[in-house]
Amino acid sequence: MSDKKQHAAQSHEEHLREKHLMLDPLPRGKMNDMVMESMLEKPTWKFWVIFGFLAFVVVYFLFYKWGVLIAKGQGEAGVMRPDYWGIFLVNTVFWIGISHAGTFISAILRVFRAEFRRPFTRAAELMTTFGLVQAGFSIFMHMGRVWLAYWLMPYPNQRLLWPNLHSPLTWDLLAITTYLLSSTMYLFLPLIPDVAMARDRSTGWRKNLYKVLSLGFRGTEGEWTHLRNAMNIFAWAIIPVMFSVHTIVSWDFAAATRPGWSSTIFGPYFIVGALHSGMGAAAVVLAVIRSTMKNMKYFVRGEHFDAIGKLMLIISMSWAYFFFNDYMVQWYGGDKWTQQLLHFHEAGPMGWMWFAMLICNVAIPWAILWNPKWRATPWAITIVGLVINVGMWFERYIIIPISVTINRMPFTWRLYEPGIEVPMGIGTVALFILLYMAASKLIPLIPVWEVQEGQMAHELKKFGRETVVSVSELE
Amino acid sequence: MIRPEEIKMSAEETGKWGMVIDQDICTGCQACVAACAMENNISFVGEVDAGYGRSMHWIRIERFWEGAYPEVKMTPNQPMLCQQCGHATCEPVCPAFATVHSQAEQLNLQVYNRCVGTRYCANNCPYQVRAFNWRDYQRPEPLSNQLNPDVTVRRMGVMEKCTFCIQRIHKAQDKAKSEGREVVDGEFTTACAQACPANAIVFGRVDDPESLVSQVARAHGHGVKHLEELGTLPNVTYFKGG
Repeated sequence: MSDKKQHAAQSHEEHLREKHLMLDPLPRGKMNDMVMESMLEKPTWKFWVIFGFLAFVVVYFLFYKWGVLIAKGQGEAGVMRPDYWGIFLVNTVFWIGISHAGTFISAILRVFRAEFRRPFTRAAELMTTFGLVQAGFSIFMHMGRVWLAYWLMPYPNQRLLWPNLHSPLTWDLLAITTYLLSSTMYLFLPLIPDVAMARDRSTGWRKNLYKVLSLGFRGTEGEWTHLRNAMNIFAWAIIPVMFSVHTIVSWDFAAATRPGWSSTIFGPYFIVGALHSGMGAAAVVLAVIRSTMKNMKYFVRGEHFDAIGKLMLIISMSWAYFFFNDYMVQWYGGDKWTQQLLHFHEAGPMGWMWFAMLICNVAIPWAILWNPKWRATPWAITIVGLVINVGMWFERYIIIPISVTINRMPFTWRLYEPGIEVPMGIGTVALFILLYMAASKLIPLIPVWEVQEGQMAHELKKFGRETVVSVSELE
Repeated sequence: MIRPEEIKMSAEETGKWGMVIDQDICTGCQACVAACAMENNISFVGEVDAGYGRSMHWIRIERFWEGAYPEVKMTPNQPMLCQQCGHATCEPVCPAFATVHSQAEQLNLQVYNRCVGTRYCANNCPYQVRAFNWRDYQRPEPLSNQLNPDVTVRRMGVMEKCTFCIQRIHKAQDKAKSEGREVVDGEFTTACAQACPANAIVFGRVDDPESLVSQVARAHGHGVKHLEELGTLPNVTYFKGG
């Protein structure tokens, strides 16, 4: 073999290592140190300024305004007849949607052994849990008498009064509660080895915190077997929970007797929509982590954005398919109220939102994500992710307050004008970011054991002149 | 195709109390709206909220017209109130059992103190006749002296709607029971029917063929039930173009 050819083969190998985290292994100790360093790094003044600002937004816009809403009633919001449901429910559906990507990345990709998932499963799972917190807040903001919310829970009481299991809202409450509990547990299980790692490398209050959280994990073979079994069971079990949650959320609308809502395709349509916004949010979160935290450029690389970008593109196409299917059947049905509604969507005063939704959800992602180079560029995919989230928020806005404007009693038709919902919605966004910022300083954001496991399984093998990536079975 | 009368779940849902409304003789004077508000302690929401679609009425006069200005042709006024459906869409969706079907009166009841304010019932009501207490509305003196002691005063955050003046039904039933007899047709009526100067609203027992409401319905012969195609089995019948 000539020198030139050998050189080419070597640079090919180097290129592969540079591109793929799984082929670029570092010793476990080194990775542990890198993750610990990124977590323990003293926050800069910029961090505190943003943190303080977000904390102010949360206290004022979320909690103070919520107090005003409770004291003065739902009249502070923009809801009225016929728009009894407004932005609070838009936000509920939106945040549950965001939370779906976490489970999708972490459970479905884990079950299907998609190797690119490894460094960012935790970041995605955190999105699930923190997103669900916002969804819970939003749905309680919506209630007229939120101080009686416990009446929706099946608790034993003297009068033998139970929640109505015929109501989609009761299903919804049970589904979201199940999802919140199971996703929190599913966040916690893979965290145990990393917290144990952090416990052994920290001092003071952190050590005590991690001591409690790691449940005495030492990394023995027996502990790993139990942990792997538990994670496997949860990964499989949480997938149907995830699918059921957003299907049931869609039934809040699909089970109602309203033009535009009674659609049998709402279940899968909502799930795909949830994944659409969730994937976009995951890309944004990853880009922010990569650019703001130390050592993250090693763990989060272009290949990960490329992989997420491909998923985003496929999901965008499925969303377009479901949107078209839903629209087509509703239009073809010829019901006069539905026709009024569809006309109102496009040509009504909020028609701009309908077109913006299609541009944000379909046109922009398709125009950018087809290109592997653009896909792998963090800032480009961040913009696409943000645009998709705006588009998906518009989609929910169109489904809820704009669609309920049109009903079977034309006398009551009236357009919704949001009030206190807007600052409170901004408050939920701030709380989400705030929780994420706090988490980035409190728990290891990168599952080191999972990355190492993947790196151990991957190998570059030489067959003659070819360098081939091989992955060995782990179990 | 399934006809609406085939989806009746049981004999109970044929209805007991009912109403007929003759749109041809309704003058749109709103006396029923005022009488209903007096009888049922309905809050006055004020100019701003009323202008934003939050006015609380258990009955409203819907006014429509055909054509464009100046060639406008008025169509008959349409008083709209809770249709007391036999198969109501508002009932199954309440997560707290605050909107339930009464077995005794065969009406849709709203249990104010059980309502948590999800507003799903109002969203799912095809007639849009439910009213929500968006705020605690003021009742300045001397308006508070006008409150009807037989009717609960609702507070902020609960849903309410027409009850067919259930307090009057109960009063008449109690009186009849103490005198050891059945309730006589015409012994009482709802506030809206009582106030209507044109007698466009007639209330009574629809399961009794001799009652005034049944006779009026027979005399007209071609009543319309609103949105009957949804299978809600309304207990209010409308006459128009007679």
